[in-house]
Amino acid sequence: MKNHQEKIIEKSILIVAFSTVFILFLITLFIFKEGLPFILNNGLTRLFFSTNWSPSDGSYGIIPMLIGSLSITFGALILGVPLGVACAIYLAEFSSKTLRNILKPMIELLAGIPSVVYGFIGMIFLAPVIRSYFGGPGLSILTASIVLGIMILPTIISISLDALLMLPRSYKEGSMALGATQWQTVTGVLLPAARSGILAGVILGMGRAIGETMAVIMVTGNSVKVPSSFIDSTRTLTANIALEMGYAIGEHRQALFATAIILFVFIIILNILAMKIIKKRRI
Amino acid sequence: MVKIKTVNLNLFYGSFKALSNINLDVKKNQITAFIGSSGCGKTSLLRCLNRMNDFIRGVKIEGEVLIDGKEIYKNVVDLTNLRRRIGMVFQRPNPFPLSIYDNVIYGPKVHGINHQENLMEITKKALSSVFLWRELKNKLNDSALDLSGEQQQRLCIARLLAVHAEVLLMDEPCSTLDPIATAKIEELIMELKKKYTIVIVSHNMQQAARVSDYTGFFLLGEMVEFGKTEKIFTAPKDKRTEDYITGKFG
Ligand SMILES: Nc1ncnc2c1ncn2[C@@H]1O[C@H](COP(=O)(O)OP(=O)(O)OP(=O)(O)O)[C@@H](O)[C@H]1O
Ligand SMILES: [Mg+2]
Repeated sequence: MKNHQEKIIEKSILIVAFSTVFILFLITLFIFKEGLPFILNNGLTRLFFSTNWSPSDGSYGIIPMLIGSLSITFGALILGVPLGVACAIYLAEFSSKTLRNILKPMIELLAGIPSVVYGFIGMIFLAPVIRSYFGGPGLSILTASIVLGIMILPTIISISLDALLMLPRSYKEGSMALGATQWQTVTGVLLPAARSGILAGVILGMGRAIGETMAVIMVTGNSVKVPSSFIDSTRTLTANIALEMGYAIGEHRQALFATAIILFVFIIILNILAMKIIKKRRI
Repeated sequence: MVKIKTVNLNLFYGSFKALSNINLDVKKNQITAFIGSSGCGKTSLLRCLNRMNDFIRGVKIEGEVLIDGKEIYKNVVDLTNLRRRIGMVFQRPNPFPLSIYDNVIYGPKVHGINHQENLMEITKKALSSVFLWRELKNKLNDSALDLSGEQQQRLCIARLLAVHAEVLLMDEPCSTLDPIATAKIEELIMELKKKYTIVIVSHNMQQAARVSDYTGFFLLGEMVEFGKTEKIFTAPKDKRTEDYITGKFG
């Protein structure tokens, strides 16, 4: 009897799991079906060899947005990686266990705050500050980098922290027994030992930064030109899709889907890289 | 000459008394073995000698530990330098997940030696002293984790020699090794005695009898008997020591 019931539960869980994967598969298929014709008809040249995006003239150069996406991601990493890793080191090695047990779930909770909230704070508080200190429109690469840098902190901190906490005690003991200070132990043994985990965290954070849409729409200004400095406004690939998809038709629509394919491939590569690195880790 | 001396040493984990009134003289350039059944406090005592117990919460230590006549708990002590001088080899070989070379030079670097040539010289000397140089000189950049257990343990000893340790505290250094590897490490330990003072914890009584000059027998946190190894093993004074050695318990 019990056995029968268990079988039903098992089967239904299987169906749920399977359908989730199936839906994801359908979405992927859909994106490729919509975007691939554009790439097949035009090659990648029409997307990549032009700095001009003006769908009404039939120009679909994604270079400005590509530069926007990459520069903001880079900026976010410059801010987020040192801060995040430093925070993970503090929590793993220097804070008391009680403090860690309080802070760790709180940091993980930060990842759950809707991105529109981050975008809103960036727009209302950060952008005016940037405008008055650095000039420019305020809604800029710099502003978006700071907002995204903060948004990727939870990812980087929690994955780096897990990597540090998973290290065997014997590494630390061996180092301390040689007379190393706690800080020397961290930089000389623990960080190198946890480097693959930390790198995986960084890559996942990077994926998050590239994929983020709502917050960047709110703080970048969304202008479609190649930015000339970090206080210029810009537009990202994701923002471009979100902003224009609502009214795009025909070739324009196809071009946006083609952009989505490029993003998709990029994110997949980053994730595979992260997984490879995590798997390769030896203890 | 006495290198390490403990006077009325007590150690508590919280309210549990793990060591009780230990008075011990470790002689310079001799091998001193601690034997006794599991949980009798051998590791705890060993870790008192280089203050590794400082990292365990709730530990309280009473009494004195003197190294070269200097008390190391009550005086203001440079712990970095103390641990450099009193090196420790752990039960499970614990090379860092770095290259062989980086493992050896980690200690010297920590203590401020940064010159490449010096570091290479130090590496050569340290690895030669543990008879690893010839095997490994062309593999210095390989991961230390790829070495065999015996090689790893030798490397861990070499790490200590590289910082000019004076005392080597070894906590069951062979317990994860096979008999042949064990024999080789024992040979190394006897060789190292010429230059270093060695304290070794052993579960294996034959091993203690083979390698050590002095032996302390521990039981439930007390040092029941301490003396020349041949005395302890041939004519123990205490009945409990005799029972342990003849295998009546433990
Ligand atoms: N960190 C600790 N906290 C509380 N009690 C401890 C701690 N470490 C050891 N003990 C206790 O102290 C006693 C002595 O432990 P110790 O590890 O020194 O014994 P040992 O002789 O080295 O044993 P073994 O041969 O198993 O290694 C044991 O009863 C052990 O349970
Ligand atoms: Mg022990």
